[in-house]
Amino acid sequence: MRIHRAAAVALRHYYLLRGSAARFLPLFAWVAIDMVLWGFMSRYLNAITDQPYNFVPALLGAVLLWDFFIRVMQGVTMVFFEDVWSRNFLNMFASPLSISEYLGGLVLSSIATSAIGLVVMLVLASTVFGLSFAMYGALVLPFLLVLFLFGIALGIFGCALVLRLGPASEWFVWPIPALLSPFAGVFYPLSTLPAWMQAVSKVLPPSYVFEGMRALAAGGTFQVSTLLWGAGLAVVEILLACALFTRVHREAVRTGLIARYSAESVS
Amino acid sequence: MVTTGTGPGARGRAGAPQVLSVASLRKEYGGKAAVDGVSFEVGRGEIVGLLGPNGAGKTTTINMVLGVLAPTSGTIHIQQLDLAAQRSAALELTNFAAVYSPLPGNLTVYQNLRVFGLIYGVKALGARIEELLAQFDLVRYRDAKCGVLSSGEQTRVALAKAMLNRPSLLLLDEPTASLDPATARDIRARIREFAAEGTGGVLWTSHNMYEVEEVCDRVMFLSHGRVLLEGDPRTLPREHGQPSLEELFITVAREPLALGRS
Repeated sequence: MRIHRAAAVALRHYYLLRGSAARFLPLFAWVAIDMVLWGFMSRYLNAITDQPYNFVPALLGAVLLWDFFIRVMQGVTMVFFEDVWSRNFLNMFASPLSISEYLGGLVLSSIATSAIGLVVMLVLASTVFGLSFAMYGALVLPFLLVLFLFGIALGIFGCALVLRLGPASEWFVWPIPALLSPFAGVFYPLSTLPAWMQAVSKVLPPSYVFEGMRALAAGGTFQVSTLLWGAGLAVVEILLACALFTRVHREAVRTGLIARYSAESVS
Repeated sequence: MVTTGTGPGARGRAGAPQVLSVASLRKEYGGKAAVDGVSFEVGRGEIVGLLGPNGAGKTTTINMVLGVLAPTSGTIHIQQLDLAAQRSAALELTNFAAVYSPLPGNLTVYQNLRVFGLIYGVKALGARIEELLAQFDLVRYRDAKCGVLSSGEQTRVALAKAMLNRPSLLLLDEPTASLDPATARDIRARIREFAAEGTGGVLWTSHNMYEVEEVCDRVMFLSHGRVLLEGDPRTLPREHGQPSLEELFITVAREPLALGRS
């Protein structure tokens, strides 16, 4: 893998972000709105309940982590979609760029764009609503890491889906986080779910993060080995997503789909 | 197949070493061959025209050489590198411009050249970009988004991108389509200059027989996925009883079997 080629993919996205407010603002605008909305919601719930339970870390913290995961996933898919929208597949895939370098470029770009959203969320949640990650201790970093890894896996999966099914299928990709959120137990313990939904939760790394986060927010304990399991699962899912993308790309090269993505859309 | 020029297995013009060697290339879709056992070479410093009616297999052949379409069988070697086994290394020596694959219109000329220069691993990239901006008369459009440029200007940007890595093999799929005659002549001159430097060879497709005759050292007529005729574009029409290359093209398109028997 040549890092300069992966960097070229990320540089292309940097140029696009730098030159377009419509691309740059969504990196932090929607997550900022989420922080404000759920920040006030948490305060309100704290005010109307008699219990000493603090909703700020449980709700606002959960929204922050979930939004971070979404930003990571969309950080990957957005760079890919830019190639779809600008009919750039032929230029990219008829170059020396390998699949691992291309996917590496998507990940590099996602690291930068998701970090912007995370910083804005952390600043807003801590300064305006008093959210402190100190209660999670050093575990906050593995929490973020597991969500980051799963975001990358789902992002690459989404790219493979669009490469296989065509540009219009991007609308299958946008709702994926919303589809998964009930199973991930973002706002409630997994024990709330029926057995079949809990079975699905077991293969979703975020479910381990949110269970752990709630346990710590409630003053309980949390087994680090559970989080390790979630991290391992996320790594396996990244490998599976990369294998799927490679397979879909190979099939697209066999059938000529890559070339037609550009050529036939013009003719 | 009738060959009147350099045939498969031969060396390029003036015995120049091959930059592209295609052997028994075949592509099937659902059992039907789009390209059927095509073999040819492109030598260093040579401009080879790949001609034929729509659907003859020209773009399919070019897509296979670019590595974006897998052959059903056959081999492609770029500077002795097997494209199937050493894809990245082989494509680092290649570049292309095609009318149906413009550079992203939402990036400026400079940004596009920088991004693709990094992808192709161009050394001293900044200086190379400045050189190409001057060579293709693009200095004043350096910071203009490619999408707002005219067809001729976009073609010049695409050619500048195609020259970034000083390719051993340059693939041009109808590079002058939709250009006015003056701009097309300018583009042809630049491509001839590239070939004259002797560092790379060019595989060119066009439907403009006038420019093919002017630019190409050798042409191959494809019909139904096969190389039907091959030779010098200036002498080939007479050899087949046609007054011009255009008439020969029309004959290939309408009566390929008659030519195949001649």
